[in-house]
Amino acid sequence: MLKIRRIPLSALIGIAITVLFVLAAIFAPWISPYSDTSVVGDVWEPMSAAHWLGTDNLGRDLLTRLLYGARITLFIAALATALSFTLGASLGLTAAVIGGWFDEVLSRFVDLIMSIPTLIFALVVLSVLPVNTVTLIIVMGVLDSTRVYRISRAVAVDINVMDFVEAAKLRGEGRIWVIFREILPNALSPLVAELGLRFIFAILFLSALSFLGLGVQPPMSDWGGMVKENKDGIVFGIPAALLPAAAIAILSISVNLVADWVLNRTTDLKGGRGNA
Amino acid sequence: MPDALLDIRHLRIEATVYPPDEPSHDIVIVDDVSLQLEKGRVLGLIGESGAGKSTIGLSPMGYGRGGVRITGGEVTINGRDILKGGKRGLRRLRGKEVCYVAQSAAAAFNPAHKLMDQVIEATLKHKVAGRVEAERRAVALFRKLGLPNPDTFGNRYPHQVSGGQLQRAMTAMALCSEPDLIIFDEPTTALDVTTQIDVLAAIKDAIRDTGVAALYITHDLAVVAQVSDEIMVLRHGKLVEHGDVRQIIDAPTKEYTKALVSVRSIEHEEKRPHEKPILAVEHITAAYGHGAAAVPVLKDVSVEVCSGQTLAVVGESGSGKSTLARVITGLLPPREGKIRFDGRDLPPRLGQRSRNDLRELQMIYQMADVAMNPRQTVGTIIGRPLEFYFGMRGRERDKRVAELLEEIEMGKGFLDRYPAELSGGQKQRVCIARALAAKPKLIICDEVTSALDPLVADGILKLLLNLQKIEDVAYLFITHDLATVRAIADSIAVMYRGELVRYGPKSEVLAPPFDAYTDLLLSSVPEMKIGWLEEAIEGRRMQSAGN
Repeated sequence: MLKIRRIPLSALIGIAITVLFVLAAIFAPWISPYSDTSVVGDVWEPMSAAHWLGTDNLGRDLLTRLLYGARITLFIAALATALSFTLGASLGLTAAVIGGWFDEVLSRFVDLIMSIPTLIFALVVLSVLPVNTVTLIIVMGVLDSTRVYRISRAVAVDINVMDFVEAAKLRGEGRIWVIFREILPNALSPLVAELGLRFIFAILFLSALSFLGLGVQPPMSDWGGMVKENKDGIVFGIPAALLPAAAIAILSISVNLVADWVLNRTTDLKGGRGNA
Repeated sequence: MPDALLDIRHLRIEATVYPPDEPSHDIVIVDDVSLQLEKGRVLGLIGESGAGKSTIGLSPMGYGRGGVRITGGEVTINGRDILKGGKRGLRRLRGKEVCYVAQSAAAAFNPAHKLMDQVIEATLKHKVAGRVEAERRAVALFRKLGLPNPDTFGNRYPHQVSGGQLQRAMTAMALCSEPDLIIFDEPTTALDVTTQIDVLAAIKDAIRDTGVAALYITHDLAVVAQVSDEIMVLRHGKLVEHGDVRQIIDAPTKEYTKALVSVRSIEHEEKRPHEKPILAVEHITAAYGHGAAAVPVLKDVSVEVCSGQTLAVVGESGSGKSTLARVITGLLPPREGKIRFDGRDLPPRLGQRSRNDLRELQMIYQMADVAMNPRQTVGTIIGRPLEFYFGMRGRERDKRVAELLEEIEMGKGFLDRYPAELSGGQKQRVCIARALAAKPKLIICDEVTSALDPLVADGILKLLLNLQKIEDVAYLFITHDLATVRAIADSIAVMYRGELVRYGPKSEVLAPPFDAYTDLLLSSVPEMKIGWLEEAIEGRRMQSAGN
């Protein structure tokens, strides 16, 4: 199937770093040296043998916080992306197949939501609803699903006019078969590439929300929240805020590298931009 | 021939392929082909797809399509080896000494610029002539090529003229800089036969009057017989036979050439229509769009297909023949009229029809590669109608799929293949098997052979006729190709601009006296005979003079 040697270097680096982050997130309770909520030192201690990355604004071990932060960030971002894809793709494909007023109403509704800046929209919704992990995932997922709806509908409209879909309709197949057996397998490649990009967007979005205080609530903390907690230290030359920020950046870039490669591969298959 | 204009020696062209799951490697596209061409001569390059004819045709411009490169031999034009000239040499060559006429003029013209600017562009770029002189030349060429209003034709945009006119404008573009050599790459393949004959005559006259040399690439031997002095037959990148046009057409020596010349060897006994039509289309009127903006495409069309027989629906593009298929399948409900099938009325809409209605009426498409889901295996594609209509599962289904694969002359080895792993002819066979799996009473065949090479198409037609005998299925065969019609039809319906102009048993439709349109259509089909073009054009002139 897929030979490792044929994967470009940039994608390999992306895959390696992403896998590292995911492993760190999964095994955080086992590999982190301290408990994530206990104060184990002074405020903003510098890096030392005891605290590899120093301590944070309350004296908690920063490495431990980062590992647990990865767990929360990746967990919420993954679930939100899964929700946005399930919702966006199924509605997008259905709209493309049914067409007519259904498509029209749904598409205009999505336009309506997309015309409001996502962050403002999320802030308003989250300040009204009780803030917990479930609400956060649902709000992020629903808002992001508008983007997924757009792309999956666009892809499906193209496939829907192909002769093999017409052949299935002439055979008398129902909509479920047409959507899931004829169209979805052919729309999968561009959607998978989009998945990576939307996942990054979810991480950035979550970080932004937490930084503004409407995301993950203390004492739990994701990376965005950690930047917020430690941002005051920057004035005193303390790098504690930069480490979670760097984690966000590195993860985004590495997932992006993987997504870019997937996108290239899928366009290759369709005879698009060649990238041997 | 030391003073030949174009001299290609031992040309070898390779390309790198990147098959999925395999290391990339080089394949040879053209192997050891040599040819010489003198001024004023026309050489026809003929072969099926993949024969390397276009690749050879492009080599005098020093051009290889994506990833293709010339790895051996030499190409000399006017005594200069163009492969050694570098980019600068090629720039001097292209558009000045060698010009190119592409297959699809509609795709080759830039829709944002007026025709005149595009026709004289190369002439101006190469400083062959100034703008005033170039435009004068272009207008003269428009006149010579028989374009309407030659003085103002250049002011139009590409979308404002017809496909045949565009193809002639492209010929004018090639001739404008007065090159030594023109490469015609299937210039009439995308045109209707009635348009093709005019374009062919225009091209032939222009070549003769300007004394330019030409390479004429086509897969249609009858066309190339009209315009060429010599013919080269190619197959799999190798030369099969090269000779004078008369020798190739009248006395071919190689087996492959003989097969090409004698193609359409199908023997088909015409069956008389009987009293039991399986399908009766009664006074159908149909239109696209709604209300006042609706575009009528079918006007009061009535035809019948008898069970076990073939009705061929013939017409050029825009005649409404494909729309007729859409109406019958229920994709486009008619405005007026009804469809009777096997003695019962068919509901006009697809959604209202019963599963049995759908089963008994199957369809085969022109482009087999988009008619099959690329993510399903052959086994799934053929097996699905069995599951869907007959509830077959497991071993029973697999057994029937294997039987169907036998019927279409393909083995069980194809079960797990994906459509991308099949050849064009095999794809169409799988589509036929999928239609047959439903045990239909009528199959609508929409241009099923027009995307295939002649020999492959022949095989498909023979298969269809055989299956008709075995399964007693009726065909509604939509085509623009009269040779196909002659080969397989029992009755014929000729359509023109949404109306039925002639309809009846084959022997009556194809026998005089003809109506004007059928006559035009029949006389436009190129015959494998030298001098046919002149006769046909002369015949038309006589007729219009007589009127």
